Formats: sequence, structure tokens, C-alpha cells
Amino acid sequence: MAMTTSQRARMSKTIQIGIFVIAIVAVIAAVDWDKTAYAFFSFDQLGPMFPDMILIGLKNTIFYTIISFAFGLVLGLILALMKMASFAPYRWFATAFIEFFRGIPAILVLLAFGFGLPQAFGTNWPQPVNVMFALGLVSSAYIAETLRAGLQAVPKGQTEAARSLGMPAWRAMVTIVIPQAFKIVLPPMTNEIILLTKDTSLAFILGASLAQYEMTKFGRDGISSLDAGITPLVVAGLFYLVITIPLSLVARKLESRSTRTKR
Amino acid sequence: MTTPNNELRVKASGVDIAGLRKSYGSNEVLKGIDLTVKPGEVVCLIGPSGSGKSTLLRCVNLLEKPNGGTIHVAGFETTDPEVNLDKMRQNVGMVFQQFNLFPHLTVLENCTVAQLKVLKRSKPDAEKTARENLERVGLGDFGGRYPDQLSGGQQQRVAIARALSMEPTLMLFDEPTSALDPETVGEVLSIMKNLAKSGMTMLVVTHEMSFAKEVADRVVFMDGGVVVEEGKAAEVIGNPQQPRTQDFLRRVLDPTHVDI
Repeated sequence: MAMTTSQRARMSKTIQIGIFVIAIVAVIAAVDWDKTAYAFFSFDQLGPMFPDMILIGLKNTIFYTIISFAFGLVLGLILALMKMASFAPYRWFATAFIEFFRGIPAILVLLAFGFGLPQAFGTNWPQPVNVMFALGLVSSAYIAETLRAGLQAVPKGQTEAARSLGMPAWRAMVTIVIPQAFKIVLPPMTNEIILLTKDTSLAFILGASLAQYEMTKFGRDGISSLDAGITPLVVAGLFYLVITIPLSLVARKLESRSTRTKR
Repeated sequence: MTTPNNELRVKASGVDIAGLRKSYGSNEVLKGIDLTVKPGEVVCLIGPSGSGKSTLLRCVNLLEKPNGGTIHVAGFETTDPEVNLDKMRQNVGMVFQQFNLFPHLTVLENCTVAQLKVLKRSKPDAEKTARENLERVGLGDFGGRYPDQLSGGQQQRVAIARALSMEPTLMLFDEPTSALDPETVGEVLSIMKNLAKSGMTMLVVTHEMSFAKEVADRVVFMDGGVVVEEGKAAEVIGNPQQPRTQDFLRRVLDPTHVDI
């Protein structure tokens, strides 16, 4: 018997809900809840992790993110300007740099700073400096591309108007183009900070003193020292969300405020 | 709209262009242009699209770099490689077809930003000058708005006030009414007319023949990268001598009676 379009739509919806319900029931039935609760939710065992998890771990995660981002932003802006330069070797260098650091895993760069550089040049930088340089280098490659796209998205007429008022090229860039590009790059830049926040979890690979631990390191140590399954990592994960979700909200707010002045 | 202030008189400077050439690759857009604008004179550049008139205008303040010839403007030889372009441009106001207001700044800030950053005026001085010029274009009450809250005609008037706030001795207009809705063209033209009366030197690329006829001291007709005909506005528009000028004006003035 032929069905009308609306009958078919209702039928399809019913089937989808049915499959969804069956899947949930199957998972609930299959899971061993005692073991699951032990592995993921043994929150009552976590007493020894605190307050260091917050006072040291959360603080360091935020600290590493900020210094890496600051370094990455400065370097990224330089690379973006180099990529737009009329002097060809600048463009070649920037392109090669970006492709290299965008193409290799962040953890390799961290290892290079933590172990390669000390061997090669006898450097003995504290861990935060290594993290800042390594993660900053990697993020600068992404930031450069984002900034370049943002700067080039500002209409050429804006620069022309600024120059025709007697502004030198750098002044037109700083006062007219960059503020407009900032609004364009805000969403991808938020992404970049969130990625960077999570990448700071790689810092443990360099080893560190307690005062330099970030949240993932506390989580890993918690697994071995506490009888709580991987609950310490679950907690670390929740604390990452405590950083990243407010970041997204702030960015969304800035974005909606700036749409008023769009062209 | 408040009454524009006609009392303001301006210091005026002229333009002297000799043998100006400009090419894009193998495409020669300006083929040796000679043009003089005396201080206080209003000259309209007319001609079909692609004739090079906008390029000529943009060469005057060196937004386009000429390939040959010389340009003297406001006491600067702009074609001299050693010239201080930024200093020269402080004296040469420019109004664009697409307004090019700064969308992230308020109307008042649009008019003060270059005064503050380039002329290093104090904020009260800059705002006073900006307010006077916004007053002059009839937008004295619009200082706190953003460009996207204004109509096209209002935006173009702000663009004029922004340029005037630098107290230029010469104003360049690049088809200032071409991007406007027809009902807002008049308000921009009347501002320009008042500006002309105040003694400003103006070089205007336009398709508004009635404006050219009424306001311009001289009209220059360009086609194919050369000046075909120039003279008093009434003569060039009312009684053109060259066939190309006659043909162009017939099509512009009476678009429905074109032989195809």
C-alpha cells in the first residue's frame, strides 16, 4: 500500500527512535556497572589529589597555554606578514616554516626542545620555557595562516582610504586593518587557543618538578598512586572543560558584539 | 539635515600633470596625459568606463604608481621617488566610489583618527574639527553612529567630512555618487557644490553631467587613455566638437535614443 510523504516521514521517525532506544537499553544491559563506576567514577578516592590538582595543575595548564599562545601569536603575526611580503625569500621562508611545523606532531617538537637542544647547544632551559617555545612554534604555524586569511579579508579600499589620509603603511595596518581582521579571526583563533590548551597536556613528556605539573600529569600520577581506576583522568578532563567552555562562551559574546559593526 | 556652512573658505592648491603614462602589464591605460588644475578650480573628468579617468585620479595621490610623466600636486612632485608620500597625501583629500569608511570606528572617530595619528592633533582639537566638518555635510548629530547605521548618501557625506577634517588643499572625487541609490545622489552633489563654492580645488570623476555642467569650471573628456577634448563645462557638454565626445554625451544624456 502506498504511503503519503507525511506518513513515510512519521514512519521513519518512529523507526529511528526505536533503534535509539534499543541501543541505549542494550548498552545499559551489557555494561558491568560496578566495574564502570570503579573505573570512571571513584570520586571519593581522590582526596589526595587536591588541592594540588587545582592550585598547581590547573594553574600550570592555564599558564602554559597563555605563554605558548603569546609566543605563537607574535611569531604567527610575523610569519603572516612575511607570507604577504613582496620580497620573495620572506614568503619562501614563511611557507617552509609553516608547512614544517604544521606537518609534524607537537610531541616531536616538545621532545626536540626538551632533549635535542640541550644535547646540541647545551641549553638548560626550565620546562615552562621549553613548553612555550615548542607549543608556541607549532601554534604559530596555524596562527600565521589564520591571520593571513583575516588580514587579506579586509577590503583593499580600507588600506587605500587610510593611506589617502596620509597614514604610513604600518599605521594603516595597525589602526585600520588589524582591528577589522581581529573580528574576522576571532572564531578560528578561539579554536587555536582551545587546541593549545589541550596540547599543554603533552608537557609531561619533558618530566618536571611537582611545581611544574599540569593537569594531565596529576591525572596520570593519580592512576598509579590512588585506587580509583582512571577517575583521576576523568577529573582532569572535566577541568579542561572548565577552561575551554568559558573560552568558547567569551568568544561567542565578543563575536556577537562585533557583528553590529560589520560591513 | 542641518544647513551646510558655506562660510568656510579653504586654502587651495593646484595639480600639474605632464606626459602621464600608466600600464598594467601590456595594457596601456594612460597614454601621455597632460592636465592642469589651477588652485580653486573645479575640473570634472568624464568619459566611458575603461577610459582611464579613475586611474588618472588615483595616480594624482599615487594610489597607482605611474610608469612615466610627472605630477605636481600641493607643492609636491609626487612622481619624484624621494617624495614624502604621506606628507603629500595629508594635503590631498580623496573620496571613493565605495565610501571606504572604517566600519569599526564611529562616524566621529572616522573623522578624527587620521588627525590624531597623522597630524598628532590633541583629541579636543581633532573632535572640534571633525564636528565642524560633520556639521558642514549636514551630519552634526551622527557622530556616535557606526557607518553601517547610515544610508549610502550619509556614508559618502561622512567620507567627505573625513577627508575635509585633514584640511586638504585639494580634493579628489572618484565617482562619488555611482554607488548610491538615486534618491541620495542629490544630497552628496549639493555638499560637493557647496565645497566648490568655498573655493576648494576639486578634481572629480563623474557621470553626473548636470553636476559637471553646473559646478565645473572645466570639463575634460577622456577616452582610450587620452584626453580627447577639454574646455569650459558648458562648451564641452553643450557643444562638443569631437565626434567621440558627441557620441558619448548622446548616449549618457539620452540613453533611450541610442542607435544600435
